[in-house]
This record gives sequence, C-alpha cells and structure tokens, in this order.
Amino acid sequence: MSNQQQQNSNPPGGRYGAGFVPPKEAMEYNCADCGATNEIKSREPIRCRECGHRIMYKKRTKRSWPFLARFCLPTDIPT
Amino acid sequence: MSQTYDSRRLVGIRAERVTDVSSRDFPGHYPGEDHSWSLDKFRENLTVKVRRVSERSIDFDLVGVDASIANAFRRIIIAEVPTICIENVYVYNNTTVVADEILAQRIGLIPLNVDPKEMDMKLDDESTDHNTIVFELKLACTRKKDAPKDTTDPFQLYENHELLSGHLVWVPAGEQADVFSKKPPAPTNPNIVLAKLRPGQQVEITLHAIKGVGKDHAKFSPVATASYRLLPNIVIKKPIPPHLAQKFQKCFTPGVIRVDPRTKAVSVDEENQRKDTVSREVLRHPEFEGYVELSRVRDFFLFNIESESAYPPQRLFREAITVMRGKLANIRRAAEALLDEPTDTDVVMIDQ
Repeated sequence: MSNQQQQNSNPPGGRYGAGFVPPKEAMEYNCADCGATNEIKSREPIRCRECGHRIMYKKRTKRSWPFLARFCLPTDIPT
Repeated sequence: MSQTYDSRRLVGIRAERVTDVSSRDFPGHYPGEDHSWSLDKFRENLTVKVRRVSERSIDFDLVGVDASIANAFRRIIIAEVPTICIENVYVYNNTTVVADEILAQRIGLIPLNVDPKEMDMKLDDESTDHNTIVFELKLACTRKKDAPKDTTDPFQLYENHELLSGHLVWVPAGEQADVFSKKPPAPTNPNIVLAKLRPGQQVEITLHAIKGVGKDHAKFSPVATASYRLLPNIVIKKPIPPHLAQKFQKCFTPGVIRVDPRTKAVSVDEENQRKDTVSREVLRHPEFEGYVELSRVRDFFLFNIESESAYPPQRLFREAITVMRGKLANIRRAAEALLDEPTDTDVVMIDQ
C-alpha cells in the first residue's frame, strides 16, 4: 500500500480537516459518460480528457470478495 | 407377424385408464409357479442393446429389470454421478452491469471438460492440487480506435465486449500440469456468454472448481436429460378395412403403421413401433373399436441419456453402476455389522 505511506508523509493540507490528507499524486477515475480512465490530480479540473464530461466515478475496490457459485439471497452474501 | 410379448409383461393402455401397472413376478402370486429370484434367470432375461450413440447422447434398451432398478440408475445418473464445477468465486474487480453474485452463479453453471476420475472430493476445507482446479478470468473492454463512424455493431466498435466461458484461463497448481497435460481443464463450450461489457468495464476473478454431485447442486449433474420410456406395443386384432387404412395410419406417429400401397393392408412396423408416442388417438374413433390393443412392455426400458459434462454419453450408465455398487457395499457392511454385534446399538450408515 504505497499509496497510504505516501499520504502519511505528506504535510497536512489546511483546507481539509485535520484528519484528511489529499493525495498529491494522480488518482484514476472513470468517466461517467464514455468510460475512459482519467488521471486527475487534486485541485485539477474534473473533466474527461476524452469527451469533456464533468462527472467521474471512483474505481471499485480491488479487495477480493468471496462468493459461492450458487443462487443466493442478498442476506446470504458474506459481509 | 410382429414380435409378441407375454401378456404378463404388458401394461394395458385403454382410452381413459392404464391397467396392470405393477409387476407381479414375485413368489406366491401365481399358484404353483416358482418366481423366486435367481441370478441365472435374471441373466437369461437381461439384455442391454445400444441403439444410437452420438457425441452428446445415447439411446439404449434395458430389458428384463424391474422398474425400481431402471429408475434407481436414472436417478443416480442425474444426482449422484460426480462432475467438476466451479464452486468458489473470488471477485477482485467487476465493474460490469452484472452483479457479482449473479455473475458468480452463472460461472458456476459452466460445464468443465475435466474427467472427475482425476480428482478427489473436497471433504474438509483444505484445498489441495488433488481436489481443486484454479481458473482466472480477466477481461477489460476498450473502444476500437479504427471503428467506422456510422456503425452500431458492438463487434466493430469495441474490443472484448463479451465475457465468454472461453476466457477462463487455467492456472496449474502442484502436479496438475502433468496430470492434465493431455487435456488441459477448460469449459466444454467456449462460447457461453457470461456478461456483456462496455468500454471502461472490466472483470478480474479467480475461480476454484471442485468435485461434487447433482444432489448437492444441479450444476454438478452430468446430464441434460436422463430418462426412459416403456416400449409401446401395438397389436392389431383384426384386419383394418382398406377405406380406413389411411385414417388408422394417421392415428399414430409417422412410420409406426405401414399401409401397403396396393392392397391397403395395414401392419405395424416393428422397428418403428418404439417411436410411437402412445397418444391413444386411435381409441377415440368408434370405427376402430375392437380392432387394436395398445400397451407398453413393463420391463422394456428405452433409455435416453444426454451428457452435458466431461463424460462421453456411453460412460454415464457405467458410472451409475459404479455408484450403485458403492451403495450396495455400504448396505452389506452395515448388515454384516448387525450380525457381528447382536447388541442393541445403532448402526450408522455413512454415505460414500
């Protein structure tokens, strides 16, 4: 988790509360319109480089999520 | 004249009822006749004849056994012959519109080409290279740069817009690379669509396949169908009048009744008699009353097995026999335990 280590080494940014540290390096986001992957740094304009759309989605977590390959009700899904 | 069957072997089929359904060849039913079970007699009566085998299915006749035996084999093929299927799904990333749990279930239903003989049942929670096969599924959809402007065809517009069973990649573990070198584990059909993707969507999944049986989950069932019918038996009691020959023929499945083009003489085609659906249409017409008798042969089973697994269809019935023998061995052991221990203790019968 090099991401987190770098976050901690950053000086705290005054605009965000005491606990939150904005990552300096680029984060990847998906464009809500065309689906293209965009690298956006903090305080950069939120705008898709491919289509100019201004809505971005954060990427899904890469954590492994175990499922049984069977039909199951939402209540059966591990949390 | 076509082959006639002993009337004791026939199940009568009337317009609105079925007669003589149960077999009566047990000791004490017919006075003065010995119907005790003997291996020699059974051997003499038993015939198994394969009628048709193809890549995926088999038709064969099983003659001379009780319905309970034929049915036991049918049920064992469906529910207790083991196969290999994906059971555990570890989703690292799935940004498609198909929800994780839905995709997991769909993946579980893919038939795999792994011979179940090569693997062990996973009895405890420990996964080894003897009981688990690992697959990986990774796909990301992208836009094609050189796509024509006016097209709406996803095949021209996008790269990897369909997640197929053929995208499963086997990850050999331990000795598996040697054991499965001849036939690497893969889906039997590489063209099953699991999900559809659009640019920016991606899937990254690890899958664990294990050995299981159909009674646990239907995905483990090795067959699409395993069923039997009783052989239809049509007996023409007196000659059909020539002007009714055509009408009589149309009461049956095409090919079952032959009409001589010149004499209009009606007869039953012995080879095609089995094709009849026994619709009883002929019994609805008063002009045919007393002319024909419909029945089925009680111990003549026309089996049809359609494999949808790694097993070739002709192997499935033999596998069912192996499972059945295992069950009998269990019963024998339990019965012998009763003899050894006349004390009043419970005998635990363990499945498999």
